[in-house]
Parts: sequence; structure tokens; C-alpha cells
Amino acid sequence: MNKESAIKIRVVDLHKFFGKKEVLRGVNLEVREGESMVVIGGSGSGKTVLIKCIIGLMPPDQGEIHVDGLEITSLDEKRMNEVRKKFGMLFQGGALFDSMTVWENVGFGLRQQTRLDEEEIRRVASEKLALVGLKNVEDLMPAELSGGMRKRVSLARAIAMEPEILLYDEPTTGIDPIMADAINDLIVEMKEKLNVTSIAITHDMKSAYKIADRIAMLYQGKIIEVGTPEEMKNSSNPIVQQFTEGRSEGPIKML
Amino acid sequence: MTFDIVVIFWGVTLNPFRWIGNHVIRFVGEAGKVMILFAQTLGWTFRPPLQGREILKQMEEVGVRSFPVVVITAGFTGMVLALQSFTGFKRFGAETMVGTVVALSMTRELGPVLTGLMVSGRIGSAMAAELGTMRVTEQIDALYTLATNPIKYLIVPRFLAAVIMVPILTIFADVIGILGGYLVGVQILGTNPTLYFRRTWDFLELDDLYIGFLKAFFFGMILATISCYQGFSTQGGAEGVGRATTKAVVISSLTILISNYFITAFLF
Repeated sequence: MNKESAIKIRVVDLHKFFGKKEVLRGVNLEVREGESMVVIGGSGSGKTVLIKCIIGLMPPDQGEIHVDGLEITSLDEKRMNEVRKKFGMLFQGGALFDSMTVWENVGFGLRQQTRLDEEEIRRVASEKLALVGLKNVEDLMPAELSGGMRKRVSLARAIAMEPEILLYDEPTTGIDPIMADAINDLIVEMKEKLNVTSIAITHDMKSAYKIADRIAMLYQGKIIEVGTPEEMKNSSNPIVQQFTEGRSEGPIKML
Repeated sequence: MTFDIVVIFWGVTLNPFRWIGNHVIRFVGEAGKVMILFAQTLGWTFRPPLQGREILKQMEEVGVRSFPVVVITAGFTGMVLALQSFTGFKRFGAETMVGTVVALSMTRELGPVLTGLMVSGRIGSAMAAELGTMRVTEQIDALYTLATNPIKYLIVPRFLAAVIMVPILTIFADVIGILGGYLVGVQILGTNPTLYFRRTWDFLELDDLYIGFLKAFFFGMILATISCYQGFSTQGGAEGVGRATTKAVVISSLTILISNYFITAFLF
């Protein structure tokens, strides 16, 4: 099969309600193998819900999600766990386990899923930390880390089990612009070094242009446009234009 | 504005059935979710591998760290019990029965109940706060993404620790409470030590200990399940964690007191 066209993740007509509010109103999205897809959209557009449905943290109310051709929304817990091993996720605030040291955080998956001994786990953890540009932090507690370092440790934890798919939840939110750019570089590096497929959600256009092969815009619970960063910049859709240019006037109404 | 007030007034006073109905529905819904979590916890408890590290850590937290609180509570309760029952029994010349009253009250009733309440306050709140914080900072989601079931990893160790340690703490509470009663009865009120001891020992049956032990076992299950449920279902940031913590203690304590009556009434 042509590598270009191999679909890694396919989302079909995804709906999700919170009470009476419909957050996702039929999302369709295809992510190709090895591609870096960035989903952009305003706060409350359902980006986080979409990503949580894809990794099985939230059950959608309707629709299908295929990972490597396997429909995952109907899987039981045990088989879903197998699918989750293909994923690594970087959470917005890092979501590090604050009762554990940095290396125990990074090695958590290894300790739970493999029979490696402590020394070996520590060695792999150090290796992954080096990959995200961190040294001599193994024995620190998460509370001692800065926001940017927390994200790096979280990324190290996400790649520790060598996933095929990486999900990034607002990777540049809450850190300074220089650190944000360093994280962007890391995301690009991960894709090149580890050859992973990735989905990032963000409202930071600078970050989106830097890390994306393709960008999809989520608006009012639907994907309204998909294209390369160049295509999105030159989009004729006024909603996309307003968002990418960050204007307060336009079809998107602020409350 | 006035319209709103009229609506609320109508809702509560003129249409009390709807108001009660809503509360009943909410209560039944919550109770059902707690039962579902309880069933899932039991299911995961018997599925290998056991999280040995986590279980030992929690047993230390629940058992060893709660020990001083339980000892002080039980000791002084035994003491005051001796003092109070002495006052009453003196009126009809049965002072020597103080030992019996203290022993029966402690083993059948106060030992398990006080231990359950103290552990709810100390550990139930900690469980809810810890799990609640993990929920709002996405650590529980992170566990799922690392292919680890949070019920197995977080709740089962806490559940087992409570189920094992609350009965053990109760035994200590019984012993310390009886000793406290003895101290007051003999040293302060001047009862003959041999007589006091005989009155304690002769009327105490093995059944009394079993009853207390069984109660403690249930209380451990109740407080762990309710507290973990509150922590797990936390919503709304730091404020939500505070709310979950309060609810964990209040609901566990009430459930312990209510179930205590029914366990006593129906089983014994």
C-alpha cells in the first residue's frame, strides 16, 4: 500500500453530548500514517473532547473511530487497553503523578506493562528524558519542576512505551514563548526520530504552522476545513480566516 | 426577579412532591453509582497482578498513621464510660457492673463505630482529596493512557487497606477502651481490681468480639468506597476537591452510623 494514503486514524460522524448540549456534531477526520495533524479551534469548540474520544477516555454518543482499521468505540475495557498501548498522550498540565519522582513517572508504563527490573526501568527513563532534552532530573519530584519541564517529562512518559500515535493536548499553553517554541521543536523532532503519527490540539497558530503537516479547523462541533498550513493561511472561508489571523471581528462571535 | 421567587416558592412549598421526587432521584442515582464502583472494585480486587507496593503504602497510611488518633479516642471514651456508668449504677448499688458495661459497649458498639468515624475523618478525607486532585489534574486520565486501570491501581489498594486495617484498629480500640475504663474504675473510683476484672471478663462473650469485628469490616468497606467515589467523581478544580472531601467525610460517617443500626438490629 502507498504510504501516503495509509489511514492511521479515521473518525466518522462523531457526536458527543454533555447533558443537552451537543459538543461534537458529527466530526469527520482522517489522519494518515506518519502525519502530524493539528486540530485548531476556539475554547469550548470541543477539541479536548475529540482527543479524549479518540484515546477512549470518553465514550462518544454516536459515530465511529477506527485505529489501524479497528473500530474502537465498541471495544471492551480489556481490548481497549491493548489499543491504548499504541497511544502516548501529552496532557495540558503534564498530569504527572505527584507522588512519584520524575523517573518513576517516566517509567510508570514500563513498570506496569513489562517485567523489567528497577535498574533497567531507570535506565530507559533516563534515555527518554535525554531525548526530550532533560538531564539530571531523575530524582526530582514533579512539584519541583517548572511548567516547561513538566511538559517535557510528560512527553518523555508518553514516548516511554514507544507508541505509534502521539496525542498532544495544548502543548504550548501555559508556558513562555521561548519554551513554547522549544516544545514545538521537540514535537517536530519526535515525528522525525520516532516516526509517529500525531494529533495535536491547539489554539496557538504559531505552533500549529510549525508542527503541522495538515491542519483541521473545528468549529461548532464540526470540522469545517482541512488543509496544509499554506492552504489554511490562504483559506477563503471567513471563519478560518478570522481564527488564523486572530481577529475579534468576523463570523465567530465572542460572548 | 419576583417571578423567580414565586417559581422557587411554588417549587418547594406548593409542589413538594416534585421537590422531594427530585431529591430522591438524585439520591438513588448517586447510591447506584457508588454500588457500581463497589462492584467494579471487588471485580478488580481478585484480578491479578496485585499492586503489592500500593497496598502496603495504603495500609501504612490507614493503619499505622491512624493508630494514635484511634487510641486516644478509644482510651478517653472508655474512661468517660466508666465515670458515667458508675454514677448511674451507684444509685442502685451496682457499681461493680461498670466493668461489664464498658467491655460490652466498647466491643459491640463504640470500638468499631468510633474507629470507623475517626478513620473516615482522617483517611476518607485524604482519599477523596488525593483522588480528587488526581482527577482534576488529569492524572486519572493519564493512568488510562498508560494502559493502567485506575480502579485497580488507585481504588483497590485503598479499599483493601481499609477493609484489613479498620478491624485491626478496632481490636486495639477495644483493648485500650477497656483499659481506660479499668483505670478510672479501679484507680479513681476505687472498685476492687479483681472484681472489676472478673466483671469484665466473665460477661464478655466471643460473640461480642465477632460482632464488633464484623461491623468494623463493613465500616472499612463503606468508608473506602464512598470516599474513593467522591474523589473519583470530583469536578470543578480546587473548589470541587474541597467539596468532595467534605462530602466523603459526611456521607461516610452518616452511612456508618445508619448501617450500624441495621447491622445490629438484623444480624444480632
